[in-house]
Amino acid sequence: MNSGALASNLFNALSLGSILLLIALGLAITFGLMRVINMAHGEFIMAGAYATYVTQNFFQSKFPNFIGWYLIASIPFAFCVAALLGWLLEATVIRRLYGRPLDTLLATWGVSLILQQLARTIFGSLGVNVQSPAWLGGNWKLGESLVVPHERVFIMAVALGCLAGMGIFLYYSQVGRRIQAVMQNRDMASCLGISTRKVDALAFSVGSGLAGIAGCALTMLSSIDSNVGTKYIIDSFMVVVLGGVGSLAGAVAGALGMGVLNTVWEYETTASLGRVLTFVCVILFLQWKPQGLVATRSRALD
Amino acid sequence: MQQNQNADVASCRTWSRSYLGTTPKMPLRAVAAASLFASLLVVGGCGSNSTQSPSGTTASTGVSTASTSETSTSNQPTGDTVKVGILHSLTGTMAISEVSVKDAEMMAINEINAKGGVLGKKIEPVVEDGASDWPTFKTKAEKLLTQDKVAAVFGCWTSVSRKTVLPVFEKHNGLLWYPVQYEGMETSPNIFYTGATTNQQITPAVEWLLKNGKKKFFLLGSDYVFPRTANAEIKAQLKGAGLTPVGEEYTPLGHREYSTLVDKIKAAKPDIIFNSLNGDSNVEFFKQLKAVGLTAKDMPTMSVSIAEPEIQAIGADKLAGHWAVWNYFQTTNTPENKKWVADFKKANPKTPVTDDPMEAGYFGVYLWKAAVEKAKSFDVAKVKAASDGITFNAPGGPVKIDGKTQHVWKTVRIGVVQPDGQFKEVWNSGKPIKPDPYLDAYPWAKGLKDKLQT
Repeated sequence: MNSGALASNLFNALSLGSILLLIALGLAITFGLMRVINMAHGEFIMAGAYATYVTQNFFQSKFPNFIGWYLIASIPFAFCVAALLGWLLEATVIRRLYGRPLDTLLATWGVSLILQQLARTIFGSLGVNVQSPAWLGGNWKLGESLVVPHERVFIMAVALGCLAGMGIFLYYSQVGRRIQAVMQNRDMASCLGISTRKVDALAFSVGSGLAGIAGCALTMLSSIDSNVGTKYIIDSFMVVVLGGVGSLAGAVAGALGMGVLNTVWEYETTASLGRVLTFVCVILFLQWKPQGLVATRSRALD
Repeated sequence: MQQNQNADVASCRTWSRSYLGTTPKMPLRAVAAASLFASLLVVGGCGSNSTQSPSGTTASTGVSTASTSETSTSNQPTGDTVKVGILHSLTGTMAISEVSVKDAEMMAINEINAKGGVLGKKIEPVVEDGASDWPTFKTKAEKLLTQDKVAAVFGCWTSVSRKTVLPVFEKHNGLLWYPVQYEGMETSPNIFYTGATTNQQITPAVEWLLKNGKKKFFLLGSDYVFPRTANAEIKAQLKGAGLTPVGEEYTPLGHREYSTLVDKIKAAKPDIIFNSLNGDSNVEFFKQLKAVGLTAKDMPTMSVSIAEPEIQAIGADKLAGHWAVWNYFQTTNTPENKKWVADFKKANPKTPVTDDPMEAGYFGVYLWKAAVEKAKSFDVAKVKAASDGITFNAPGGPVKIDGKTQHVWKTVRIGVVQPDGQFKEVWNSGKPIKPDPYLDAYPWAKGLKDKLQT
């Protein structure tokens, strides 16, 4: 690998890592903190992506002069749509299944199939295309083999923004601290007067909302159809488990780890084999260190 | 497998019961195990869409009734209708492509019924969903042939689904009309292939590229039977011209991260990418090409699986200037096509796009009708015997059944994608090309047949 290819590989790894981080951030909360195995997480990503598509069409018909800005507007919208779906799912299904991981898994898997069919009914089975705004269409040429597309940089920025936002929310805001308290010791937290019910609903909605933002960012890379969620659900679980459940730092480490592994293996071998080797590495690592890259030590987790 | 899963469930039950009512704590190992199980579920679910090895043991229920219905006269209709099967994926990954083929076939059936049907009988379609899952295709094929006793089935898209149902059709002496271009090297006595075989799509496209001075081929495809076989054929053809490809890469179906692959392509410096990626991977691939600033001018591609609906999904701005090879485009200039496109748009206002497999599905119904009328019978053996030489003026030009191979003579067309998402034809073969599924007429393909046939 010469220096040009090395730089390009490094950028690709970072870029893939940022995408993985974005799709796994929400799961780091719902699965990592709350321990809910939500198989419909991918469909929240899909909901966010379709929300972006709807926003684009809305801007096209109502504000054609501001079409360049639809993407910015669609980020909060996608967040709200997915958060609302998450809130509904928590209130109707998951709330009744806390502490029963396998039942949750099956129930949410069923929900994911329902949501997929719903999307097919509303938007059709054909993929829809979201047009990136013109200001994201270009790229920077930083050398013979290193071309940096603006879209990828934008996704990195969104991922970093979400990470920073979640960090501040969880560790510095009052609500976030309550979430942490409940997740670490539910009984003690409720003794101290925290409504665990409200905290559960809020945490799950926020986690789902983040999936919506991920969906919004993904529209720049691929077309959107009802299967978009199933493509990302495995990777997002993998990232959280590899990184170590229970912390944002773990999600970051897991995403970057997967990004580097995937990119390097694919460059050195082929796409199919690269993916296999990545999974082999992750499985071997988890055999050696089942708690993942960033181990959170706390009484609740022992 | 079954038992292990039960044991898993049981152990988790006891485990979760002991935690019930307290905090949702979970030992980390259990978290990891549960999530691995979850991902296996999904991998299993998706994998069955993309891999080609259905064990064959999964879906053979209800065969016991089959022995009574094996006589080939059993599908003789008695009432004033005749049943035919429509077997496509109406859900799952492949639904995106197959639903529209179903629509086209239904349109042909409705048209025929409106004009009095076949041999005085109205066609009664029995629509089954293969659900993008190969064992399901097999079960549904069994059901159509043994329970509904359909006179013919129109269906399948992927080569995997065709290869899965093939033994079922041969066992029950059914008749499958397969509407999609494929990799060749197959002639089942129970299948009519109305899509292109290799020498009606890929071979002429490579010839055309060579003639236009392209020498450094990069072969890119999805990792399954069609692209691998097609690329083996392309490599043989290039070898015949004294060339070797500068690169050959496969990505899993549904692969979505193409930045590394585009880097590899840039490093190999090809002057043409021969693209047999299938499904939505095309979207990510072409978006990535565009994102790093490679246009059709710098890095032209020739695609064999991108038709009008795929252009819509990818975005015409990313594909403008790239080539594709088919037997039919929505813009193909024949009077039949003008009428067909208008009729289809009227019947399907929500999906007003037509493409090559839809056209092949559509005229397949008409070819079957003509063969039945010539045979004056719905009997499979008689229909097959009568089929040779039957012609039809399809939207993409005249087609003719070649009785020996049960393939169809078709005109080859190369088109360049326009910014409006339609193709502009840049070359056609001028006349229908004789199907040659085993490439017997090509000296460079000598020995290929034995190597590729399984």
